[in-house]
Amino acid sequence: MSATPADAGDGYNFAYLDEQTKRMIRRALLKALAVPGYQVPFASREMPMPYGWGTGGVQVTAACLTPDDCVKVIDQGADDTTNAVSIRSFFARTAGVATTESTEEASLIQTRHRIPETALREDQLLVYQVPIPEPLRFLEPRETETRKMHALSEYGLMHVKLYEDISRHGHISTAYAYPVNVGGRYVMDPSPIPKFDNPKMDNCPAIQLFGAGREQRIYAIPPYSEVKSLDFEDYPFDRLRASGSCALCGADDSYLDEVIIDDQGNRMFVCSDTDFCGSRRDQGHVGDQSDLFETGAE
Amino acid sequence: MMQERPLFRASAVGKSYGKQLGCRDVSFDLYPGEIMGIVGESGSGKSTLLNCLAGQIEPDTGDIAFDVDGTGLVSTLQMSEPERRMLARTQWAFVHQNPRDGLRMAVSAGGNIGERLMNIGARHYGNIREDAIGWMGRVELEANRIDDRPANFSGGMQQRLQIARNLVTGPRLVFMDEPTGGLDVSVQARLLDLLRSLVQELGLAVIIVTHDLAVVRMLAHRMMVMQKGHVVETGLADQVLDDPQHPYTQLLVSSVLQV
Repeated sequence: MSATPADAGDGYNFAYLDEQTKRMIRRALLKALAVPGYQVPFASREMPMPYGWGTGGVQVTAACLTPDDCVKVIDQGADDTTNAVSIRSFFARTAGVATTESTEEASLIQTRHRIPETALREDQLLVYQVPIPEPLRFLEPRETETRKMHALSEYGLMHVKLYEDISRHGHISTAYAYPVNVGGRYVMDPSPIPKFDNPKMDNCPAIQLFGAGREQRIYAIPPYSEVKSLDFEDYPFDRLRASGSCALCGADDSYLDEVIIDDQGNRMFVCSDTDFCGSRRDQGHVGDQSDLFETGAE
Repeated sequence: MMQERPLFRASAVGKSYGKQLGCRDVSFDLYPGEIMGIVGESGSGKSTLLNCLAGQIEPDTGDIAFDVDGTGLVSTLQMSEPERRMLARTQWAFVHQNPRDGLRMAVSAGGNIGERLMNIGARHYGNIREDAIGWMGRVELEANRIDDRPANFSGGMQQRLQIARNLVTGPRLVFMDEPTGGLDVSVQARLLDLLRSLVQELGLAVIIVTHDLAVVRMLAHRMMVMQKGHVVETGLADQVLDDPQHPYTQLLVSSVLQV
């Protein structure tokens, strides 16, 4: 029954998973797209990697891949970290698809903890790896109850968390996995991306798919959906970005990683998106060297 | 105080757990501003009854009705679940015996009081906090404890916080399950004073379950005595306590330790 392309090597079915499994995942994906932000249960499979390394994202990617796809994988914005490299080579080997580090060239981008700086297009898929899909998990441990709360749109509790942030820290201190409301209906955990990336999900032309392998949930945001970060009227949502510019490419609007460079407390800030930073340097942008040792956070 | 139209009506409510009887054939009307005490020993079915009345468990028989918007009684059992949950968040309140069941112990006092407000759509931090501070004052908690977690509060303070958390949305009917249980007598007395003044001030209707006859004497207008799942005696609280008719009520009243 399977239509295995000739170039999927090593005796694996195309993209590792068998066709029945991929159909099951696609059905979950279609349902997730039809009900934006709703967590659709699916029969997550064992993958040749440990839970927490992106088994959910890998299964979604496998179900979406075609032989013509070009895959990019990022981990914390970087293309050259262990997780990103091994997942990329996994699909190069089991599906025989082209891989790339360029956001522009990719047709499918699997990501952990970031959304690329380069704006996405309609013909691209963004697949998120999700550790904990339930945004209410740490507020209400009973899954039976949280499902009911989703069903009835009872999301006051989510604001209790934000209230606690403000009362303790004076501002909404949640910096990642910042809860969003999709299309005015479901509250959703955007996976642990920094809240700096939250506005990129709003009205995004690309399809955004979320896979949680251990938790066996899939959810999605269709293209051009309204995605609103939760906040209070007197404490509006704030993107939060380290002040300063990238020490390598000089970008002052990208999300920065702080890198400690010696044991004297010196540090530098560089773009977390390695493809974005690299292509800017190729275009001739340079970082402010004098900035290198004095940029302070916040 | 009494109005002609009842606020709440239980008709022939019954619940059993397999062969084990919880409660049977309980009927009464409750009017706005009225306090009904339900007494009985442990296992007499009074908590089962309260949970049925408050919509926490579904009774096997009978019906429960509430005057939602002042236009007449509506069966809460016929309501859809969202309607019932909305009712429980806005017009009803439930004070548990153990504050741990009614509070979020990992959330600050202010967050606990604000939760019901946020549940019904409050999205202004400053206003929520102001309301929370106001309610802490009304239940005699110091405003500077607003960011402390209830885990660091004494039992009496936790119970007062639970009451504030419940009353912040201005409910019209409050269910209480042994609100003074497990507190020492001086704290009990203060809590009862507080409850009595709040109930009078806000004109709340209350259904209170207790095994402590003193609580009933202090708070309740009317009372029901339960034994083995049945109501054995009902009447005005003072009347029943001063002149008990049923042998079991006589036993209860005479069992109270006189100091």
